[in-house]
Amino acid sequence: MTECNATDCNETLRELEQFLDHELSDGARQTIHHHLDGCPDCLQAFDFHAELKMVIAAKCHTDQMPPGLLAKIEQCFGTDVDTTS
Amino acid sequence: MAERDDFADQAMQFAPQLYSAAMRLTRNSADAEDLVQDTYLRAWRSFNTFQDGTNLRAWLYRILTNSFINKYRAKQRRPDETGMDNIEDLYLYKRMSTLDNGSRSAEDTMFELFTDDEVKQALETLPENFRLPVLLADVEGFAYKEIAEMLEIPVGTVMSRLHRGRKQMHKLLYDFASERGLITSGAGSSSDSTTTTDSEHD
Repeated sequence: MTECNATDCNETLRELEQFLDHELSDGARQTIHHHLDGCPDCLQAFDFHAELKMVIAAKCHTDQMPPGLLAKIEQCFGTDVDTTS
Repeated sequence: MAERDDFADQAMQFAPQLYSAAMRLTRNSADAEDLVQDTYLRAWRSFNTFQDGTNLRAWLYRILTNSFINKYRAKQRRPDETGMDNIEDLYLYKRMSTLDNGSRSAEDTMFELFTDDEVKQALETLPENFRLPVLLADVEGFAYKEIAEMLEIPVGTVMSRLHRGRKQMHKLLYDFASERGLITSGAGSSSDSTTTTDSEHD
């Protein structure tokens, strides 16, 4: 385990969002993983935000479509079609 | 045209998610319904521009966001940043990690801490410039590059808007939770220091 220092923690936390968004290169991901292995504080912050992101996504996908919407969409598919079908 | 019929079949599966996204954008079901219908109509009409093998879902979201921007942004010309506070990094985390009561089974607690409506409202409260990237990244899971293409802004701008938009949203969530007394406000919120150095890359 590596001893973590404030600079490493700051560097790591600065990349938290990109890490959780899967936008880092493999090398950069490795560096973060390496730091998290030895730093419970940063790990806690990463876990918290990973969980928060999941909760937000789940709770924003709970809308019920109005009953007639699918039928209306299907009507869109009937419009403007060329006659060869 | 079998191809076109295939497209219709495949595209339909995304209707529920597109409708949810439209709700976050328009904030009401009548407009959301219109927006989704409009999206499918445009998709159907411009089907010839869709390249087979590319991501149909991303293509539909691109049409949805463009339709939304064209139709609704016209109503409010100015890039709205009112209500965007300067919020310190890790705002919510710093306030919530202090109330860990040992037996926190991670997912349950956070999941139960906020209601669906609170999370939706927190997102819907964000100014549009910030709401779109947060919706597309955090709710819909698109990559920065895809979001940049959909919104026609540089990737750096996507990142800075995500950063600021998320902080704002997290603060709203914190406010909801403390209003309901789930979090003792004051715990950890010693100072609302403004440590932001964010700047738009526009």
